[in-house]
Order: sequence, then structure tokens, then C-alpha cells
Amino acid sequence: MKRAFPIFAALTALLLAYAFYEAIWVAPMERTMGDVQRIFYYHVPSAWTAFLLFFVNLVASIIYLVRRNAKADAVAVVAAEVGVLFCTVVLVTGPIWARPVWGIWWTWDIRLTTTLVLWLIYVSYLVLRRFSESSQTPKLAAVLAVLGALDVPLVYFSIWFFRTQHPQPVIGGGGSIDPRMLHVLLINWLAFSCLAFLLCWVRYRLEWLERKVEEAQALESLLGDTVPSSQSAPVKLPPEKTQSSMGPQ
Amino acid sequence: MSSLSSITLATLTKDIRLEWRSKDAINSMLFFSLLVVVIFSFSFDPNAEESRQIVGGLIWVAFLFAAVVALNQTWARELRNQVLDAYRVSPAPANALFMAKVLGNFILVSLLESLMAPLFMIFYNLRALGPAWQLIPVAMLGTWALVVNGTFFAAMSLRTRSREIMLPLLLFPISIPAVQSMVEATRIILSGDGAARFWIVLLLTYDVVFTTACLALFETVLQAE
Repeated sequence: MKRAFPIFAALTALLLAYAFYEAIWVAPMERTMGDVQRIFYYHVPSAWTAFLLFFVNLVASIIYLVRRNAKADAVAVVAAEVGVLFCTVVLVTGPIWARPVWGIWWTWDIRLTTTLVLWLIYVSYLVLRRFSESSQTPKLAAVLAVLGALDVPLVYFSIWFFRTQHPQPVIGGGGSIDPRMLHVLLINWLAFSCLAFLLCWVRYRLEWLERKVEEAQALESLLGDTVPSSQSAPVKLPPEKTQSSMGPQ
Repeated sequence: MSSLSSITLATLTKDIRLEWRSKDAINSMLFFSLLVVVIFSFSFDPNAEESRQIVGGLIWVAFLFAAVVALNQTWARELRNQVLDAYRVSPAPANALFMAKVLGNFILVSLLESLMAPLFMIFYNLRALGPAWQLIPVAMLGTWALVVNGTFFAAMSLRTRSREIMLPLLLFPISIPAVQSMVEATRIILSGDGAARFWIVLLLTYDVVFTTACLALFETVLQAE
């Protein structure tokens, strides 16, 4: 497991470099939009990755609510954080593309607005996690994740009523795309998914270690408090034992 | 079932009696939304036609902000003297308490709206061009949408630092479709262009979905201690 991480990181870096090369030099120039269109190779894979991560967050939250599994909660935090990161990339690259092509930075279009609202919901999720003080944060956060997911279709319908300006989805939307472009898009998608997975991996390990440290500190302070008050020798054993067992981790 | 409704009724009566005696929430909400009306009408100074287009947004934003005042003190009252802890260990169903709080807030915010709406009409020279009676279902469904989620999120933010700021941070993103529906429906009814049916149905869907979800999850939130 320890060796798998650097190998995977190196592979991801190579894949990202290759995907960048493909997107900038290999992919054919778009006829009407020109080079600006190349941002599409970052925008669309980021969007897919972000939505996938939000979905992972929802599934992990439901698992946590049903099973009270601490690992599921850690996965939910990690997916939300990395998802917000990729969603931010989507929201930043979108306007950069829209300005030269549509002539405006932003429009209240169905996909833009849904993505923005999704971003807002998940930021509020992260804020709740940060501000919550009790040990029940995972429960509350999981509840919020479920409510947030229920909100998404309603947001979609509420904006669906207005005319939509965003280009149709490239896959399954009836639009036609040059097979070479699709190839580059899929390579970029793979590279971005690997990057997201890598980030989640690092963040998950960090989250898990943080929790272990917190647990150890809580245990230590708990046992440390009892030592001076009881003044008995046998009580001193557990803190030493826990310290040594926590050491290698 | 009878215990559910009797507990709901008892809690609701207690809350209304407390509010009736102190009038804390209603007074601060009324004054707050009065300030919003005055400040908005200074900053926009619209003519009658413009008013019809923008007042739906203004009125609902004012009520949304004012509702947060009431929502924030919903549970804070129960924290004093560990009332909420007592409730938690009692065999009473959690949803009875939740429904009582939602109904209490609904009554409070509806009262605010019925007092403030005429003022909006006067300040902005409003006269509805569409079917004005439709404003009543829009207001009721919209208020319910705000109040049901607001009460739920207020319970969630009880355990957080600076919870009074936490509530709007949780409530507003989730309420976006509801607020948009209320604003659009109000604008359509006031300006008389088109039918507001789509937005009323959307509001109804929102209410059904979130009332169900809140009732299903409130037990978890209440026991989170």
C-alpha cells in the first residue's frame, strides 16, 4: 500500500502530461471557436469528476446514516472537499470560455446555475463540518448531504423553465463530436479522474490520521486526568500502553 | 397518533403563549422587514411597472431574512434549563416536537407577511394585474418551504459555533429553488404575463419532498448530541 501510492502518483503525472499534450497539440482546431475551445478538455472532465465525487459523497453519507461507519464518513468528507475543488475549476473555466464565445461571462442557464447551486450546497456542507463542535458532526453532515441531493433535481426543474443556452452534452445529448476530439476528451477525463482519486487518497489518509491523533489525545487527556486524582499506580499503565501503541502510526 | 397530535398541540400552545407574552420575535421581525422595505424603496425608487417586476424579489428576500430571526430563536429557547435534553430522553416522538415548531414558525411568519404585505402594496403602489387570489397559495406554500427547512436547519446548527450565522448559511443554498419559485410566481401574478401554475406546482413538490425528508431525518438530528 505504501509503495502503491508513489507509483500511482507518478502514473497520474505522466497521464496528465500526456493528456495536456493531446489537448493542446494533437486535438484538431475547432472550426468556429478556434483555440478557445481547448478549454473544453479541462472543463468537461472536471465537471464529470465533480459530479461523480458529489455522488460518492451522497452514497457515503447514506451508508453512514444507515451503518454509522466511520470510514464512510471519512470518504464523504474527502469526496465533498475534492468535489468542491473540481467544481470550482468548472465554474472558473466556464466563464473563461464563455466570454469569447458567447460574449458574456455568465448567464443564468440551467447547467451553469445547477452547478453553481451544487457548489453552494457543498460549500455549506464543508462550512457545517468546520463549524460543528459536537462529536455528532458526521451525522449532521450526512443529513445535510441527503437534503442537498434532494435539492438538485428541484433546482434543475426550476431553471429548466427558462431557455437554456449551454451547449448540449457532448455524449448522449445528440450533438456530434469529431472522434479525435472525443478521444482527447476521454484521455483527459481519465487523467482528471486519476488526479481526483490521488487527491482523495492523500486527503483520506490525512483525515484518518487526524482522527487517530484526536482519539489518542482525547484518551490521553482522559486518562491523564484520572492519574493525579486517584494517585494509584495501576492507573498509570494504560496511558503508557496507548502511547506506545500509537507511536508507529 | 393521538399522543403525537396532543404533544404537538401542547408544545405549539406553549410556544405561542411564550411568544404572545414576550413578543420578542414578532416585534424584531416586523421592525426588520419594515427597515428592508424602506431601504429598498430608497435604493430603487421604481415606477409602478418596474415595481411589479422587482417587488416579488424584494418582498420574499425581506421575508426570508426576517424569518431567520424567528427560526434562530426556535430551539435556543429549549436549550435553557436543558428542556431539549429532557425531551430527548422522554418517550415522546421527535416528529411531534418538530411539527409543533414548524407550525409555530409558520403561524409567526404568516402573521408577519399578512401585516407587511399591505405595506409593500402601499409603498410600491402595487395593483396585481393577474389573478391576485393566487398570491395566497404562493405565500402559504412558500412560507411552509422556508419554515420547514429553516426549523430543521436551526436544529442542526444548535451544536455549531456561532449558530446564528450558521442557519442562513445552511438554509439559503437549499432554499434557492423555493425562493426562485416564490419570486417568479409573485412576479407573474403581479404583472399578469402568463400563468404561475408551473411555479406553484414546483413549490408544492418542494414542500412535499422536504417535509417528508425532514420528518424522516429529524429523529437523527435531535439525537445528535
